[in-house]
This record gives sequence, structure tokens and C-alpha cells, in this order.
Amino acid sequence: MRQATQTLRRLRSPLAQTRYQLKVLHQPIETHAFPTFADTLRQHGKYPLKRAKLEILQLNLGKLCNQTCRHCHVDAGPDRKDEVMSKELLQRALDLVRIHHIPTVDLTGGAPEMNPHFRWFVEQCSAVCSHIIDRCNLTIITAGKQYRDLPQFFARHGLHIVSSLPHYSKNRTDAQRGEGVFEASIEALRMLNDVGYGQPDSNLQLDLVFNPTGAFLPSQQCTLERVYKDKLLRKYGIRFNRLIVITNMPINRFLDYLLQTGQYEQYMQTLIDAFNPATVDGLMCRNTLSVSWDGYLYDCDFNQMLDLKINHTSPHLLDIDIDSLEGLPIALHQACYGCTAGAGSSCSGEIAS
Amino acid sequence: MAKDGYFNPDDLKRFGEITRYQKTLGKKYFDYYNEVFKEGALTVREKALIALAVAHVVQCPYCIDAYTEECLKNGADEEEMMEAIHVAAAIRSGASLVFGVQMINHIEKKTM
Repeated sequence: MRQATQTLRRLRSPLAQTRYQLKVLHQPIETHAFPTFADTLRQHGKYPLKRAKLEILQLNLGKLCNQTCRHCHVDAGPDRKDEVMSKELLQRALDLVRIHHIPTVDLTGGAPEMNPHFRWFVEQCSAVCSHIIDRCNLTIITAGKQYRDLPQFFARHGLHIVSSLPHYSKNRTDAQRGEGVFEASIEALRMLNDVGYGQPDSNLQLDLVFNPTGAFLPSQQCTLERVYKDKLLRKYGIRFNRLIVITNMPINRFLDYLLQTGQYEQYMQTLIDAFNPATVDGLMCRNTLSVSWDGYLYDCDFNQMLDLKINHTSPHLLDIDIDSLEGLPIALHQACYGCTAGAGSSCSGEIAS
Repeated sequence: MAKDGYFNPDDLKRFGEITRYQKTLGKKYFDYYNEVFKEGALTVREKALIALAVAHVVQCPYCIDAYTEECLKNGADEEEMMEAIHVAAAIRSGASLVFGVQMINHIEKKTM
């Protein structure tokens, strides 16, 4: 498997600094400025946007990944070895899940399975939480013999697997995720199917994620799901449950791609033109608490990557007061347009069909 | 393409302006257009591939840009899109070649 690119950090890109990214997102383009996201919400009577009841605890187990995808909003990669969540923080997360009966724990990364405490955490967590999502990049399953039993491990603990496969064709997938990723992903999907994931008579849920392999918005989730199911079954004998459609966010490596290819302005305009007020109430930042590998708290994964911490005096997992989160104003920025475009976008896919 | 040339990509965004001097007919056209491209007996994806193929036959650069993007949004890949324009090209070339029969008829009529 060949890496599609290198991390912004390794390339020493100015975009590796979140402050620089925010500056790019908020500076006027040539002669005009885009309307701010906050102003657009105000216009539609949706400002301020406030946090609702906490339903999902999303833990970024680390930025370490075996892939370096061209669109990655985390800027994850094999060189980010020093940024993985500690056992102390994972224990704290477990305590919170147990005490507050948080319904869903969502594990993401990087490749969450590369965190050395991943299996320990899942074993402990599955005793106190009935819905654990693992955002698995698929290729980690075939990345080495220490990972090849992951499908059985996932199945044993009833994990809900959500996996990126940006296209059912090799060309499109490899262009975004690296040469050889498609074939490794197909092998991993077969292994997941073999232990019962995605099968019609099984409770083991396997969802795939479609995100556009370029600077355009995705189409309707239901239409794409039909095509995906048909193509993957006919050509590879692969089954899965749902297709989750996600819009690419103009941050980190996708922002870099937009700037490098001169498509930034047009893409932002596309997102702004497609603003859909019906998506606002269902935005994931309202019911999710996103925790970075070093324990800081954010309204969502994207705010985490821009280092816009939750609006609280104690934005750290070790000091958190869960009950005080509801009603807090959510930190907003221009990339938020990515979640409100068209049918909307979240870690669970479309918001307003 | 030059900004002041015949085909300015920015003009596509102004397509709606064709209603300017004929509101009634313009509106009817857009209503019809929007209805045609809705999911029906054919999927939105199938319609996008047909539109892409037709765009190549009528050689409309605006339509080619618009329906290339529409196909990508609907999950089509390069192979499917190229195959669609080959279908268009095959019909287009066939439409020329079939007149070869007329040529043959005329040869037979005119020669010994």
C-alpha cells in the first residue's frame, strides 16, 4: 500500500497550524467576504446555536494512522506516533460513560485500533455501554498479523463498524486514500462479512462512508446506497447495512487540496449557496462531545481539528462537569457550512433527507 | 477559455437569466427541466449519465461541466462516464455510417 500524500505536519505546511487555517477560512477572498456562518444562522433565526442533551461521547484515540488520505480532516498519518490517548484519559472516559449512562461511545482517530489501549478500552466499555462505534479505516485489518483478528474481536464485543470507502471503484478510492487501499479494503470487508457483519440475519452492523473524491457535494444518500449495495454485491460479493454520505470539510488536508488546485473559493461558495436551515437542529455538534487524544473537549470533531475548544471554563476531560454542557453556545466558524450544505452532513450521514 | 470568448464558464451560473425577455416560456422550460431530472422510472444517476452522453453529442461545454459533476456527485466513476460517452459516440458515428447503405444503393444504380 502506498501513501496518497504526507501529513501537513511532516510537510511543514503553514496549514499544520490551526490558527493559520482559521485565518484562511475567515479572510476575505479578493474583493468580497463570504457571509459568516453565525450571520447566516442569525438570518434564519437559528443563532445562537446551543448544545442539547449529550448523547454521543466521541473519543479521538489518536492521530496515528496507517494511511495518509488526501482529504483527511485530522491530518492523521504514520508519523503522528506521539499523539495517542493515554490509559488514564480512557479510564476517565469509562467512568463518565458509566456514571452518566451516555448512550453512544464513538471511537475515531487516526486508526483507533492503533492505540495500544484500544482492546482494553473496548472490553471495559462494552460492559457499561451497549452502543460502541468504531470508525475503522478497513486497511488496518490487513496491516499486520496483530490486527488480523480484529473482525472477531469487533464481533465479540458487538461493535458497530463504520468504515470509509469513498468509492466502489479502485481508481476513485485509491486516488483519495492511496494505491492499494481499495484491494486491502475489499479483503477487510470480506473478513468482516465472514464473521457476520452486514449480513441480513445478523445484528452486527457494518456501515460504509461515501465522501466525494473531489471538490463537489455528494448526492442523495438513498440513491448512492442503492448503487453501492448493487455494485459491491455483484462484483465482490460484499454486503453492508447503511451507506453514510459525508461532505468534505474545508479544513486540514482537504483545505490544502482546495488551495493547491485553486478550487477553494468555488467550493466555499458551493457550500454557502447550498445552506439548508433544516439541517441546523440536527447538527452533530449539538449532542456530541468530542474529546481530543490529549483530553480537551470540543463540540465536534471538526472544531477539535481547528482547536476551537468547548465554550466552558474547564474544557478538559479530567475536570469535566457533564451536567453543565447542555445549553452552552457552540463554537462556530466558516467550515461549519460543510455540515449544513444540501441534505446536511454529520458522522451519521445526511441530516435532512 | 478567454473571459470574453463565446464560452465563459461563469455564464452557466446565469442560465436562469434566459427567463429575462420571455418569463412565461422560460419558467415553463425550467419547470419541465426540473421535473425531467427528478427520480422516476430512471434513477437520478442514470439520468445524469444519459445527460452527460447527450452533452457530448450536442457538444455543449456548459452541459459537459455540469453533468460531469452531477455524475460524480451521484457516485459514477470514470469508467462508467467514459462508457456513456462511447455510447453517444457510437450512435453518432452509426448515424453517419448507416447512410453508407444509401451510398451503396446509389453506386449500384449508377454503375455496371
